[in-house]
Amino acid sequence: MWEKKPILLLVLATCAIMVGTIVTMILPFAWVNTEADRIEGVTPYTALQQEGRDIYIRDGCNNCHTQTVRPLVPEVLRYGDYSKSGEFVYDRPFLWGSKRTGPDLARLGGKYPDAWHYKHMESPRSMVPKTNMPDYGWYSNNLLDPQMIQRKMETLGFPYTAEEIKDLEGKNDMDAMVAYLQKLGSDIPWRDAAETTIVGDLVNPYADANQETISGWAPIYADNCAACHGPNMEGEIGPELIGEDYDDEILFTIIYTGITDGGMPSFSNLGTDKVWKLTNYIRTYQAEGSQ
Amino acid sequence: MENQTYNYAIVRSFVTWSMIWGLVAVLVGVIVSLQMVNPDLNFPPYLTFGRLRPVHTNAGIYGWGIGVIFAAFYYIVQRLCKVPIWSDKLAKFQLWLFNATITASAVTLLLGYTTSKEYHEMEWPIDVMVVILWVAFSINIIMTILKRKEEQMYISLWYMMAAIVGVAILYLVNSAAVPVSFFKSYSAYAGTNDANVQWWFGHNAVAMVLTAPFLGMFYYFLPKTTGVPIFSHRLSITAFWSLIFMYLWTGAHHLLWTPVPDWIQTLAMGFSIMLIAPSWGSVFNGYLSMNGQWHQMRENYLVKFLILGITFYGLQTLQGPMQAIRTFSAFIHYTDWVPAHIHMGTMGWVSMICFASIYYLIPRIYGRELYSIPLADLHFWLTLVGQLIWSISLWIAGVLQAGMWNAMNSDGSLTYTFMETMVEMYPYWWARVLGGVIYMAGLVIFIYNIYMSVKKGEPTAVPTITTEGRA
Ligand code: HEC
Ligand code: HEC
Ligand code: HEM
Ligand code: HEM
Repeated sequence: MWEKKPILLLVLATCAIMVGTIVTMILPFAWVNTEADRIEGVTPYTALQQEGRDIYIRDGCNNCHTQTVRPLVPEVLRYGDYSKSGEFVYDRPFLWGSKRTGPDLARLGGKYPDAWHYKHMESPRSMVPKTNMPDYGWYSNNLLDPQMIQRKMETLGFPYTAEEIKDLEGKNDMDAMVAYLQKLGSDIPWRDAAETTIVGDLVNPYADANQETISGWAPIYADNCAACHGPNMEGEIGPELIGEDYDDEILFTIIYTGITDGGMPSFSNLGTDKVWKLTNYIRTYQAEGSQ
Repeated sequence: MENQTYNYAIVRSFVTWSMIWGLVAVLVGVIVSLQMVNPDLNFPPYLTFGRLRPVHTNAGIYGWGIGVIFAAFYYIVQRLCKVPIWSDKLAKFQLWLFNATITASAVTLLLGYTTSKEYHEMEWPIDVMVVILWVAFSINIIMTILKRKEEQMYISLWYMMAAIVGVAILYLVNSAAVPVSFFKSYSAYAGTNDANVQWWFGHNAVAMVLTAPFLGMFYYFLPKTTGVPIFSHRLSITAFWSLIFMYLWTGAHHLLWTPVPDWIQTLAMGFSIMLIAPSWGSVFNGYLSMNGQWHQMRENYLVKFLILGITFYGLQTLQGPMQAIRTFSAFIHYTDWVPAHIHMGTMGWVSMICFASIYYLIPRIYGRELYSIPLADLHFWLTLVGQLIWSISLWIAGVLQAGMWNAMNSDGSLTYTFMETMVEMYPYWWARVLGGVIYMAGLVIFIYNIYMSVKKGEPTAVPTITTEGRA
């Protein structure tokens, strides 16, 4: 019957296609981004942040980075609190991505100080030698176009002030990108809630380790700390670590929980064992350095 | 002779251009695979990984995939309807617009004009071009079918007609956006809604571009090549209708564990598993049509391409539903496993059918036999080996990566930092470069073989066409 009637076939095919479409694509608009999804504290992007977001899209960062943390234990440990629908209501388009060649960035805001981002975007390999992220140093030479950005804010219906637009004068792609990266995932106060607390007594398991063993732990420092504290602890984005004389417990605590307000990330996800190794490594190094 | 009135000139043009875009896609594929192992190969601002990868995917799906679809269906529709295509002028215009659209896409993507939505990256002016292109093609196909001389429409035409409406609906809905300028627009949907619309589109681009038309081609070229009809007409009917009904429910399997409402995810998971049935309906139909004909696998290079193609399709449609299960997705989503899945589909299924179609068409549209069958055999093996190296190494990589991301110490902390897991990928990414280069060598041999056939091939026994195509 329909095999002989092309128009009928087209109509039937359209109907077949529309059933699933209506249920799984059209109906959800009644559930998603409604009042029930709203989260206090989630704000639209500022002019500078929105421009950073558009640059992120322009250069296809989403081809390597995702922006959703799934409610799975290892993922929450690695990246932070899982993502909620209400956090994305101002995202046009969404940038969840589909491939993690690099880490998830949904909870990046506040993880590092601005200085870290400037240096990392300029030359990722200077901080993480084995990364395959391209260099984006050329951002510093690209000045922003305040008028265009104003038009974008108008189109999106986001609030802005004339002063904010004026401030864009002289800023470049790099400033916009860093502003955007620092906003990511920080609208809800998850960092305070996730603050790592240490329970139980702290006992240094490596108190008796010898010099040689301890020197063998240098790569842990090089991989995780050198980018901010310098290869020889001389300090750069973070302070110099030589000369400070903390005891084991305090040093362990600083590394494990971080000093989040000060730009020192928490390293609890390294696990207690590695953090103890670092503690001993830094203490011995300090001793050597002060010799 | 009646078939002298067929327009083969347009088929020839689409064959040529699709091969050019196929070569571009694969070349850029090799380049991005090299950039992943050596970031020094990024040349900012235009030639960075983030901008080149969409050029690769779009040239692959739209330049190569759709190009061959146009070529094959302009041939198939004339043969099955026993009339020439409805409008030669419209077809010529469509060829011109097709190349203009793909060129404009590649250039604008390199310039950084992108929406970021996968397989729909091009900005709104190019969306307009795509819509005109698709309407031109649809009118020509549908009008040709309407004035056909053969009452019964063969299976291949069903698949093409379903794809025609499917692509139209998907593309229009997902391109809704508010323009700020000629080069920038913002999606009409926000956040979670945008994600859901995008993956309803994304997965059904797989259905309506990378599956339905290629099944149509398979159903036409397999019996034509073997000389034996398709095993079961009834099975074809059931598989067709259930396939196009079920696919549309499954988009959210790309969004498992995200903020998209759970019930949508669950429906997607259920329908993905059910999709095994119609997918394998076609696989069985293909295999059973080979009953008593398996010796042709040895004797006829075309059959090898078609049967390997449908085999990859069968594997793909078992692996896909597995990935759509929540627990499995929790493990492999976002890892290198997924590109391995994709390339088994694109380099295996889609490209194998493309190669078979072009090999089949050449003698019939140029009136010349294939220049060298040994070269075609070599092409077959290079394609198969290249693709297997590509996918197998990345499946291993994906499982390794997933295992490391999830590994935890006894104190509840993570065993590996992100970089410790990432550096483990490099050997596998190098293996992929190797697989890609082998595959590309096969492609170059293929194009050379086709070129030589056109220039130097023996004339076919029965001349079926005039050189100008339409007499
Ligand atoms: C080829 C893939 C690739 C591309 C493209 C890419 N990145 Fe990365 N990115 C990585 C990898 C791998 C890492 C992890 C190592 C490192 O820190 O460099 C990373 C790390 C990062 C980090 C640090 C995250 C953290 O939690 O430590 C930020 C921020 C970042 N990238 C931003 C960007 C931005 C912005 C862009 C686009 C302009 C971009 N990336 C493009 C691969 C990529
Ligand atoms: C993103 C950059 C960054 C990284 C990576 C980093 N730190 Fe820090 N660190 C800082 C900053 C900034 C401070 C200063 C915080 C403050 O006092 O407010 C700091 C402070 C410290 C202090 C206290 C020093 C003092 O004088 O008060 C110690 C100890 C320390 N870091 C150890 C480490 C160790 C060990 C690692 C590697 C596991 C590490 N840091 C990685 C940025 C970083
Ligand atoms: C029954 C059939 C199929 C099902 C259920 C299925 C399922 C899936 C799933 C669940 C994913 C997401 C993986 C992830 O990111 O975790 C995926 C990705 C993908 N599949 Fe399949 N698949 C099927 C057939 C095919 C076929 C035949 C092709 C043809 C080439 C294909 C091409 C792709 C592509 C291109 C993606 C990548 C999307 C992205 O960019 O993330 N699939 N598939
Ligand atoms: C020599 C052959 C090829 C090579 C070396 C190659 C290489 C690559 C690489 C390196 C990526 C990026 C993967 C990542 O981000 O982790 C990719 C993605 C992709 N390629 Fe290819 N490719 C080849 C052939 C093809 C062909 C022929 C097609 C289509 C017909 C295709 C379609 C795609 C698609 C759709 C993606 C997106 C994957 C995703 O979203 O996760 N590729 N390819």
